[in-house]
Amino acid sequence: MSGWPILSVVTFLPLVGAAFVLAIRGNDAVALRNMRWAALWTTIVTFVLSLLIWRYFDTANPDFQFVEKLSWLGDTASYHMGVDGISMLFVILTTFLMPICILASWQVDKRLREYLIAFLVLETLMIGVFCALDMVLFYLFFEGGLIPMFLIIGVWGGPRRVYASFKFFLYTLLGSVLMLLAIIAMYWYSGTTDIAVLYKNPNFPAGMQTWLWLAFFASFAVKMPMWPVHTWLPDAHVEAPTAGSVILAAILLKMGGYGFLRFSVPMFPIASDLFAPFVFTLSIVAIVYTSLVAMMQEDMKKLIAYSSVAHMGFVTMGIFTLNRQGIDGALFQMISHGIVSGALFLCVGVVYDRMHTREIKAYGGLVNRMPLYALTFMVFTMANVGLPGTSGFVGEFLTLMGAFQNNTWVAFFATTGVILSAGYALWLYRRVVFGKLEKTSLKHITDMTPREALALVPLIVLTIFFGVYPSPILDVFGASVESLMAGVNKSLAAAGAITAVGL
Amino acid sequence: MYQLIVFLPLIGAILAGLLGTNAFRMMGKTIDAGHGHGAHGGGDHDDHGHDDDHAHHAYPTPWAAYLTSGLLVISAVLSWVAFWQFMHEGTPIKVEVLRWVSSGALNADWAFRIDTLTAVMLVVVNTVSSLVHIYSIGYMSHDPHQPRFFAYLSLFTFAMLMLVTSDNLLQMFFGWEGVGLASYLLIGFWYQKPSANAAAIKAFIVNRVGDFGFALGIFAVFVAFGSIELDTIFSQAGAQVGKTMQFLNWQVDALTLMCLLLFMGAMGKSAQFLLHTWLPDAMEGPTPVSALIHAATMVTAGVFLVARMSPLFELAPHAREVVIVVGAVTAFFAATVGLVQNDIKRVIAYSTCSQLGYMFVALGVGAYGVAIFHLFTHAFFKALLFLGSGSVIHAMSGEQDMRKMGGLAPHIRITWVLMLIGTLALTGFPYTAGYFSKDAVIESAFVSHAGAASFAFVLLIIAAFCTSFYSWRLAFMTFNGKPRASQEVMSHVHESPQVMLVPLYLLAIGALLAGIVFAPYFIGHDEVQFWASAIFRGAENKIVEEMHHVPAWVKWSPFVAMVLGFALAYQFYIRRPDLPGKLAEQHWPLYQFLLNKWYFDELYDFIFVNPAKWLGRFLWKRGDGWFIDGFGPDGVSARVVDVTQRVVRLQTGYLFHYAFAMLIGVAALVTWFMFGSVH
Repeated sequence: MSGWPILSVVTFLPLVGAAFVLAIRGNDAVALRNMRWAALWTTIVTFVLSLLIWRYFDTANPDFQFVEKLSWLGDTASYHMGVDGISMLFVILTTFLMPICILASWQVDKRLREYLIAFLVLETLMIGVFCALDMVLFYLFFEGGLIPMFLIIGVWGGPRRVYASFKFFLYTLLGSVLMLLAIIAMYWYSGTTDIAVLYKNPNFPAGMQTWLWLAFFASFAVKMPMWPVHTWLPDAHVEAPTAGSVILAAILLKMGGYGFLRFSVPMFPIASDLFAPFVFTLSIVAIVYTSLVAMMQEDMKKLIAYSSVAHMGFVTMGIFTLNRQGIDGALFQMISHGIVSGALFLCVGVVYDRMHTREIKAYGGLVNRMPLYALTFMVFTMANVGLPGTSGFVGEFLTLMGAFQNNTWVAFFATTGVILSAGYALWLYRRVVFGKLEKTSLKHITDMTPREALALVPLIVLTIFFGVYPSPILDVFGASVESLMAGVNKSLAAAGAITAVGL
Repeated sequence: MYQLIVFLPLIGAILAGLLGTNAFRMMGKTIDAGHGHGAHGGGDHDDHGHDDDHAHHAYPTPWAAYLTSGLLVISAVLSWVAFWQFMHEGTPIKVEVLRWVSSGALNADWAFRIDTLTAVMLVVVNTVSSLVHIYSIGYMSHDPHQPRFFAYLSLFTFAMLMLVTSDNLLQMFFGWEGVGLASYLLIGFWYQKPSANAAAIKAFIVNRVGDFGFALGIFAVFVAFGSIELDTIFSQAGAQVGKTMQFLNWQVDALTLMCLLLFMGAMGKSAQFLLHTWLPDAMEGPTPVSALIHAATMVTAGVFLVARMSPLFELAPHAREVVIVVGAVTAFFAATVGLVQNDIKRVIAYSTCSQLGYMFVALGVGAYGVAIFHLFTHAFFKALLFLGSGSVIHAMSGEQDMRKMGGLAPHIRITWVLMLIGTLALTGFPYTAGYFSKDAVIESAFVSHAGAASFAFVLLIIAAFCTSFYSWRLAFMTFNGKPRASQEVMSHVHESPQVMLVPLYLLAIGALLAGIVFAPYFIGHDEVQFWASAIFRGAENKIVEEMHHVPAWVKWSPFVAMVLGFALAYQFYIRRPDLPGKLAEQHWPLYQFLLNKWYFDELYDFIFVNPAKWLGRFLWKRGDGWFIDGFGPDGVSARVVDVTQRVVRLQTGYLFHYAFAMLIGVAALVTWFMFGSVH
């Protein structure tokens, strides 16, 4: 499978689609329809192509695969692409969700051309983040993604969109600046920005690791988002259009977790070990605190946004357990959360499109007129609660199991999250879906249209499929996580030896 | 065969759930508001041309009911075949189905592990479930959501079967939470009732509190054994004796810790003291659900769990002491509350809670076979009582309050007789099913050497007295005396159709004969051979043997308690019906205390629910809104705006202002240099 640069094709194909959309003249109904179909087909073709990556991916090989390397910017940085077990599925997740997002945006009329272009550009940038094997390239994709998202929230968002988009932009940018400084420092020290090279030789001195770790942490913690830098997320979600929320929750949040696994843990293992208790503390606070806050929300999207923060708490906790179950669980949780939270935002979008409100109070008794919607929403609520048999369970359970081996206090507090999540998720479901249909505004609400069902049914299938048979995903992680941990343990052992000599 | 037993109900659930409701046909179409019920309609203005749309009657055709019931009956018959095999030849069987979670050392597959214990549970679950399915064909015949109901019932059965056949703890957890889901859906089946919705959520969350312990228990097992497969755990349990484990701030005995955490899960599912509050509320669900889930099967999952993990519990005597205490207190507590309840289903619910306490006492003293035997017989007579009370409620047009019943015996004679059989079995009348199993529990508590055993023995005897009293109270208040219902209701009282009565006949046979037929196998002289390797007992655990040699007064005491209970109930509700009211007035605080279930709901609201809500609101408004945003982004941007506004004010445009500023600057610089050069 090395004949042609498949990663570059998958990454940049959406840009071609964006060019097509740009080329369509006029703003009449036909032109708008053509634009939608052009965007949809682009994303579908991208998805199908990306499946080839999965098809030809060698799960036994822990190294980077499908590698492409071209020189760029002289000796400093190169155009270096490749995927391993940790990143590959994020690429698939991105390409898989994009057609669904386009479908969910079918009713957008305002500045449709720009809207679709923003999404297609965003797709390129997101795939780029997961494929880049050079820090400069990574940084470009990572930061570039901010711009289309900023526009999506700021132009197509709700009433407080400007506040939300600036909050989002400033928070994430502030973190990123520190990361840029760290990247420059790493370049000065090691003379390369190539991730694969740095992997083979992660020899930053312990003191420097601490500072570099903190700088990267600033960026990734905001992206995750971890408590206490999470407050941009509820605002951004509430104001973003449905498809924007889906991308934000499903993909953009995962960049933080991916960053921890790509940079912090393998490159600064000593610092990661040092800061693990700190991350655990923040994760537990995130799980308990945001679950409680989620319970009291009055806005459906805000509630789901807070529950995302809680679920990401499981991810950060799992990553820094630095053991197999913890990291596997964190990765699985990210993939699963990408499917489930995306679907939950789509579910909110379904009723929002009809009623134009996200107030929980405005609903009630939807099951009476929307049985299919009730069923769909129930599946994802249960996945959100982490019911075994849905994909939400596997990740949560594995991260907790990893945590218990590391520190029982952490596992103890994090496990209370399973009680709290049941509380807020079921209460939301009860208030929105169950009960008598009494509000006059809801008397004529209709069930999901075939288009909406088309967007949600694949997500239902995957949620249950991966809950029952998670092996296709877990097998992909295996070798890479194993080699990651071997590297970390080697570094820690070496560091231990040095301190022992020093004593 | 085992695949069929387990997966037939799932197939039924999926078919009934997806095809039975018209959900897919209504996609995107408007329904007339007048139709009200969601699952049918759309036929009036159908433009998609479905062939079967003309079949929209008031009630959908019950094919979903027939399908799921048929599949369940097949499953039940196969279970009896399996059970029959195990009665004679008890070699455990393992069936691999599919890979599931594997991550490093952790490996959990979908697989069945069938031994005698599993076979017993298969019989219990499938028999009761198939009878409840059949009964529901009649009971739910007026409900427009029949397919959904049967889909849930079959889904529940599937989850329960996965639980009892599991080969590792993770699959058991799947079944565990799966039955919780089904229970949630079925309690909230009538989703238009706010109380049903509240009860459903309460059941799920309280169960989750138990699951919290169960999950931690699984983690602890994995840390200790490096595996969560039952075979590995059982074979290496001995090696863990005396080892300790770090948990929170304590260094504790590993086996005791694991057992206590797992037991916490069992307490949640089996509604034991402190985690019992959901069970009475769960009676909001349709009565067949109460019979299946909240009497015969799901609530006994905790008992099954402890019996299944007997190799661990047997080696953790301290954990078993806790089991005894919790079981005995539950048996006593629930029986006292049952004395004064007026809702017919709630009386039986508390009775279930109490009987589960009996089972846990038996588990705690190490008589696992006795506990499972009581589980087995209890399934028959409790399901009979529930379905019988369903029949009563059906006859009374939905009335559940016993104060509005009375004098029903002549009108529904068959139901009356069947309920009496159930009552006799529950109270342990000689040679009925309950007589064998319940007395065995009490005797095992007497002979046990555990510290809490005599405490348990006393409480169980008192509970036996209460059981007899409230059971007969229920029977007398419902069937005897003068009718207290309105004329109109009484005129509608009718016997249930055969489709509802036939399951009752079968259960009644079980309630009468299950004890005498199966006692030799479960607790009699064949028991060692019967249980084989399914339950583990240490070399010094001879409790079942000793149980048969207790003094006569111990053998007689449950019987005496039963007779006293009957006599008192007869005095109160037949001879002097005015007495209970007077007694309640004399002991008003005590009566209120019992009537309000020892005020547990109020206590929990006060300790957990309200503070959690308050804390959530506080963290949201003050934590996120005031503190983080206030000192974070909003605060920073506000300060930036402040500063810039002040800077703006500096730009006055007057030349002399600028000149003045420059002059100050020059002066400052000169001063700086002068002082600087001094050093």
